[in-house]
Amino acid sequence: MNSQLTPKTVFVNSRKKMLRLWQLLLAIALIGVWSLVAQDPQWAFFLGEPLAVLIRVIEWFVPIVVAPNEWLSSGIHGTGAIYIHLGVTLLETVLAFVIGTALGLSGGLWLALSPLASELLDPYIKALNSMPRVILAPIFGLWFGLGIWSKVALAVTLVFFVVFFNVYQGVKEVNPVLLANARMLGANASKLLKTVYLPSATSWVFSSLHSSVGLAFVGAVVGEYLGSARGVGYLILQAEGTFDVNTVFAGIVVLTICALVLDALVGRLERRLMRWQPPSSPSHSR
Amino acid sequence: MTYALELDRIGCEFQSNSNQSESYTAVQETTLNVSQGEFVSVVGPTGCGKSTLLNVAAGLLKPTTGEVRVFGKRLEGLNARAGYMFQAESLLPWRTALQNVMLGLEYKGVPLESAQSLAKDWLARVGLSRFADNYIHQLSGGMRKRVSLAQTLVLDPDIILMDEPLSALDIQTRQLMENEILEIWSKQKKAVVFITHDLDEAIAMSDRVVVLSAGPGTHPIGEFLVDLQRPRNVAEIRHDLQYTRLHEQIWNVLRDEVLKGYRQQLGPKEELIR
Repeated sequence: MNSQLTPKTVFVNSRKKMLRLWQLLLAIALIGVWSLVAQDPQWAFFLGEPLAVLIRVIEWFVPIVVAPNEWLSSGIHGTGAIYIHLGVTLLETVLAFVIGTALGLSGGLWLALSPLASELLDPYIKALNSMPRVILAPIFGLWFGLGIWSKVALAVTLVFFVVFFNVYQGVKEVNPVLLANARMLGANASKLLKTVYLPSATSWVFSSLHSSVGLAFVGAVVGEYLGSARGVGYLILQAEGTFDVNTVFAGIVVLTICALVLDALVGRLERRLMRWQPPSSPSHSR
Repeated sequence: MTYALELDRIGCEFQSNSNQSESYTAVQETTLNVSQGEFVSVVGPTGCGKSTLLNVAAGLLKPTTGEVRVFGKRLEGLNARAGYMFQAESLLPWRTALQNVMLGLEYKGVPLESAQSLAKDWLARVGLSRFADNYIHQLSGGMRKRVSLAQTLVLDPDIILMDEPLSALDIQTRQLMENEILEIWSKQKKAVVFITHDLDEAIAMSDRVVVLSAGPGTHPIGEFLVDLQRPRNVAEIRHDLQYTRLHEQIWNVLRDEVLKGYRQQLGPKEELIR
């Protein structure tokens, strides 16, 4: 917005650059310590080796083959095998995210606008929310099989409540003056829903999307980990079965990067759809 | 002649916040009639139930006793012939200025194109053509009030209810807006009920000033005709001799009530007085 360089922005910019530099140095230091410790074979068995983790990630993504040589004692045997697994995990995440958000939005709207239903269902919702929902995974496996739908179901239960509570709260807290004004301008119940409640609830949904996209991912991976034939969670489970710590860490790295990318995408979508909000508005997430 | 708006012996009781069995009488035996084309101001001490009375006139609040008549007909539900300008921010932040002005037209099912051109017309009348596509947070307080005014008036209501609409503005913006409201009103004379706690504003703008007593049990305790000539300039009229005399008369009645209201607000029953 302001392209002019004032002393303050220069100061802020240089401070930001310094911060980035220190963050980078911290990462290098951590990896350095990890490499040093991993020189000992016994430690490496438990902690893995940074270089081996990197090679595993490369092998997953790029199908190249490098013969063992003096720098790489084991060589690179690229397979490009990750795509099918990553694709499955991401598909589960996106499905769970979309279904969970839609259910949470409609459920939240319904209960917030119907006091009777909300009073009736209140104890059940509290119970469902406090239940450790990961424990549902075996049941979903039984109901939906070992394919993607059992994972989607698990992740939906995680996403639903985050969105649900945000929307419920958001609708309950719609400014009564906005409602009175809309009614005086001639809004009936359905138009009130469309022009006041829904847009207001949407802003609350967005504030919960960052946490719910993360939870969708967690649900998908945990679901895979507990029983599946495909997905990044499955890869990690297989590696653990053979004490292949490097592959486990490689899986964690890939998952972390994917989660960051998903979060950035949501951030972009949010900035695009929430243009009406003042730029410095404090977000109201739970 | 039928009145545009008749409040006939209105009484409003609320349950006390602290004690369910206790009730609090906000408004008692209040009768107020407003003719077509008449600009009536209602003044009273803070917390005396001015807004309650306006909500009753709008049909947003059902009175405990008495009845409201709109052009001779008993009011049931919302008052469809009235436009209401609220004291607090009432615009939808996710809509632009133009979309906000169009809101009521949309609700009434006016086709999009004619709604748009009508809304643009009104935005121009309040001097905001250039800001049609701005979101509400991008507008100043005075501009927001102008959008609210356009939003209310685009529907061409026969009765305009205003609840301290300008109280949040600085004094210069406020005088500008007061003049603008008067100018718009003078072109299409509607019945106006203008709530304010500012006596200067009340006298400068209205045909009649009604003074309410302090709560609880608020009721009118004085009525003053303001026969200053129109068109008026709210800043200049304050130096008029007749204005000064009226101001003194009304203030004599209002002063005791203001003190009473003030004392009650400091008293032990603080939570009862809203």
